[in-house]
This record gives sequence, C-alpha cells and structure tokens, in this order.
Amino acid sequence: MQNSAQGIKGDAIFRGFTLLLACSIIVILLLMTAEMVKESLPAISRFGWRFISGSTWDAVQEEFASLPYLYGSIVSSILAILLATPLSIGTALFITELAPRKVGAATAALVELLAAIPSVIYGLWGILVMTPWLQSTIQPFLIEHFGFLPFFRGAPYGVSMLAAVFILMIMIVPIITSITKEVLMAVPSSQKEAAIALGATRWEMIRMAVLPYGRSGILGAVILGLGRAIGETMAVTMVIGNTPKISLSLLSPAYTMPSVIANEFAETTTKMHASALMEIGLILLFVTLVINFLARMLLWSVTRKWKGGVA
Amino acid sequence: MNSKLAIRDLNIHFGDNHAVKNVAMEVAENSVTAIIGPSGCGKSTVLRSINRMHDLTPSARVTGTIMLDDTDIYGRSVDPVTIRRRVGMVFQKPNPFPAMSIYDNVIAGYKLNGVLKKGDADEIVESSLKRVALWDEVKDRLRTGAVELSGGQQQRLCIARTIAVKPEVILMDEPASALDPISTLKIEELIEDLKSKYTIVIVTHNMQQAARVSDVTAFFYIGELVEIGETRKVFTNPEKKQTEDYITGRFG
Ligand SMILES: Nc1ncnc2c1ncn2[C@@H]1O[C@H](COP(=O)(O)OP(=O)(O)OP(=O)(O)O)[C@@H](O)[C@H]1O
Ligand SMILES: [Mg+2]
Repeated sequence: MQNSAQGIKGDAIFRGFTLLLACSIIVILLLMTAEMVKESLPAISRFGWRFISGSTWDAVQEEFASLPYLYGSIVSSILAILLATPLSIGTALFITELAPRKVGAATAALVELLAAIPSVIYGLWGILVMTPWLQSTIQPFLIEHFGFLPFFRGAPYGVSMLAAVFILMIMIVPIITSITKEVLMAVPSSQKEAAIALGATRWEMIRMAVLPYGRSGILGAVILGLGRAIGETMAVTMVIGNTPKISLSLLSPAYTMPSVIANEFAETTTKMHASALMEIGLILLFVTLVINFLARMLLWSVTRKWKGGVA
Repeated sequence: MNSKLAIRDLNIHFGDNHAVKNVAMEVAENSVTAIIGPSGCGKSTVLRSINRMHDLTPSARVTGTIMLDDTDIYGRSVDPVTIRRRVGMVFQKPNPFPAMSIYDNVIAGYKLNGVLKKGDADEIVESSLKRVALWDEVKDRLRTGAVELSGGQQQRLCIARTIAVKPEVILMDEPASALDPISTLKIEELIEDLKSKYTIVIVTHNMQQAARVSDVTAFFYIGELVEIGETRKVFTNPEKKQTEDYITGRFG
C-alpha cells in the first residue's frame, strides 16, 4: 500500500518535472524570438519591406537590404539538396540492398564517420583542396562547354556559389544517407518477398516495395538535410566568396545569411548595422520554421493516405 | 494426371542447420497438395524452395532438383525471375503493398511486365477480385488504400494479386492462419475453385483444413518427408506410426 502510494507520488513529481522541461523549451524559444524582434526593430521600422527586396548592403551609408543573402542561402541549399538526394538514396540502397553484407557495413560505418566530422574541417578541405581544383579544372570545363548557359558565365575564381553547393552536398549526403539507411532497413521482409514472389527483379523490388514503403521517412531525411544546409555557416563562409551580389552564374561568388551574420557581427560599427544583422537572423529563423512546417505537412499528407497502416 | 512438379534429392541447409533432408515428391497438375507436420519441421522451407525464395537468404544452400514441367528450377541457365512468374506465392501474413490502392495491388505483377492497357487492366482487376470473392466488397472503393481492408480481405487481395499474373503453380504458406473462421471458409472455397486452373501446394497446421481442401497430403517430420499419399488414405489409414500419432493428436 505504502509503496504504491509512494509510486503515485513519484509519478506526479516526474510528470511535473518533465512538463516543466517541456515548457521551458517553449519559453526559451519565445524569449529568443522576442529578443530578436526587439533588436531588429530599428532596421524593420527604417527599411520596411525594402529590407527583403533590396540588394544594397552598405555599412558606411547605413543602407541595408538582405536579398542577396536570402538568395544565396536558398539557391545554395536547394541545389545542394537536389544533388545530394539521389546520391544519398543510392548510397543507402547500396548499403542495405545491393552490397555484400561486409561491404555494406563498412560503407555504413564510413558514412557515420563522415557525418561526425566538424564543419570547419570540411571548410578547410574546401579551401585547400576543392576550390583550387574547381578553379583549375571544373570551372574552365564548364565555361568552355556550357558557357552558353547563363549559369556558367564569367571567370573561374574557385570560390563561388558552385563551391558552396558542392561543400554543402558533401556535408549533407552522410546525414541523409544515414537516416535513409535506417528507414530502408525498417522495411519488412514480407514486403520485399511480396514483390520478389511476383517475379520482380532486385531493382523492381526496390521500386515497388522498398522505396514506396520508406517514402515518408526518406522525405523526412531530405528535409532534415535541407534544414542543415540552410543553417550551415562555417564551411560555406570559407568557400562561397562572401560577395553580396545576385548572379545567375554559379561561378560567381555569393553570400548567405548565416555567413554574413558570422562575418560581421563581431565588428558592427553602428546600432543600425547590428539591427540589420539581427533582422537577417530573424528571416533565417522564419525560413527554417517554414521549411519544417512544410515538411510536416508533406509527411502528414503522405502518411494520411495509408491510415492505420505503416508510416 | 501429369506431374507438374517433381522434387528429387532435395536438401536444404541454413549454415550448419540441415533443415530439409533428401526429400522426393511429385505434385500432379491441377491438384491440391497439403503439407502438414509439427512446427519447425521444414514445411515452409520446402515450399519456399519451389519458387527459389531462398535466393534471398545468404546462408541458405539448396541442392537437388525440382522439375517444373521440363525445367529444372535450379538449373544453371534458369532465371529465378521467370520461375517466380510461373510459380506464385501467398504468405502467412497478408502483405499487400500499403502505398498502393486495391486496384494497383491487383495489377502489381503487370507493372513489372510493362505496359497494360487501361481496359485490360480493368478487366484483370475485376475478374481476379471476383475469383477471390472480394469484388462485391470492394468494387466501390478500388482506389482506396489496400491497408483499409480487414485482414481476411487483405489476404484475399493478396491471392488475387497472385492469380492475376496467371501463374501455373500457387504456393500457400498457412494462408488462413491469421483469419477468422468465415474468412478461412472463403479461402478454402477459393482453393477448391482455383484447382481447376492451377496447381496448388498449401502448408497448413489445421488438420481439418488439410482434409477438406487437399487431394494429396504430405507429412513432414524434422526435415524429412515421412509419408505422402492420397489425403483420404493418409487421414484414415496412414502407413507410418508417426503420421498416425500426429494426425490423431497423440504427438510428442
Ligand atoms: N531464414 C532462415 N535462416 C535460418 N534458418 C532457417 C530459416 N528459415 C528456416 N530455418 C530453419 O529451418 C527449419 C525449418 O523451418 P521452417 O520455417 O521450414 O519450419 P515450418 O515447418 O514451416 O514451421 P512452422 O510450422 O512453425 O511454420 C528450422 O529449424 C528453422 O530454424
Ligand atoms: Mg512455416
């Protein structure tokens, strides 16, 4: 009797404690947002919508607008995700379905390792190895053969939007691969057997049973990769060239929202400069939340169709 | 009657585990053969060797010959995919594709074979679902997800999916074990009906079921085929003591 009474009391204490933790997370998020809004108010009231539509960034004239950063962030992330998704799904399929067991396990371990490397290391590799290589080989090739497209015009600088896309791709492939691998491993063998027994080849089995079963999980993995790409600061800052210009050409240097915040926050000269950076932070937060929201909507619409089935 | 399947010297190992030992048996065309025996005796293992499902299990090793008409299933130049198109399988647990509608589940096998005209697809869906007595229950919601069906309906859908591609042999591994008595009865009637067109091999734990649906019964015990014969004979007057003990429930 006493024991169970104690148990009930312990339960209540535990519940209260976890509730407190959950609430404190929400409170912290709200406080942070409120603080950011407060700090960016001077910029918001001075520039209004111009802050999002304009492209001047001049600390001396105190004229600030963020479109090049927004553009740089979104374009680099989206291109990176477009390249990384097929590569990651392919790698995950190789690990789970195609490779001999030992080779698969070794590949999986390698992928986990890549996911754990700090981003500054990727950045260093990007500066020391990748960018010189882009400058000497890839970019001249693109200019020569695809220079008629607006995306590959200009001179080969090395540091560029292209470099950022590549480094982001390399950084998010391990994450997407690793989650996709888990998702694929969770596909029940009864599903694979169903396809095989109908006379499916291995590839047809993957297309008919494995990928459809895992699609919502894979989608989640991709969205997570997108979130990581948009927020990535260090490695991108090191290879993108940090030039706030909007150019269709992937060979031109560009700039992203996290990069400008990281580069300029420590040396702001005026209140307005700091406030403008805060507002960029606010936009970044907003974009991230929107992506997460869209991801949830997508997942929800995919899983809803199956009802009580698998998710 | 012709023999549709002829199994000789069949041995199956999983690593060191010798799961099926020197099995030899024949299955006549357009007949129902029941495989019975205690749990773990190798019923599923034998069944799955008939459409080369063990190819998916790295530790499995199959030796011997299984002739499907004039083709040795395990022959060197034989493509397992063509074998599986001729030998379909229904599993113990219903396994419809959850991301597909009822309609698409039925024609899933055709999606592998390439294009199917809309009219043809409609016809195949309707006739297959009618064969498994599911048509009336689902004809108004063919486009809804297959997972919205009950377990028994899902199993009948899986049978429809299997017969839609017109295999010659259908393997069933305890197809009714997860179902209620009414669904079970429907499946048994279905098997009776399918016999005219297909050759069926069914694994079951249910003696009455084996007695009701099959023409021939094979009794397995610890990896060996103990006795095979006409169902009526096996159940009323078995040759081996082990068989008698098992079917009368005096076992172990
Ligand atoms: N995939 C596998 N890997 C390793 N061993 C297996 C595998 N499948 C079956 N076996 C072994 O083969 C033997 C026969 O198993 P099987 O599944 O054929 O039995 P069963 O007669 O179908 O039993 P049940 O009535 O319980 O379904 C068992 O010893 C089992 O451990
Ligand atoms: Mg079994």
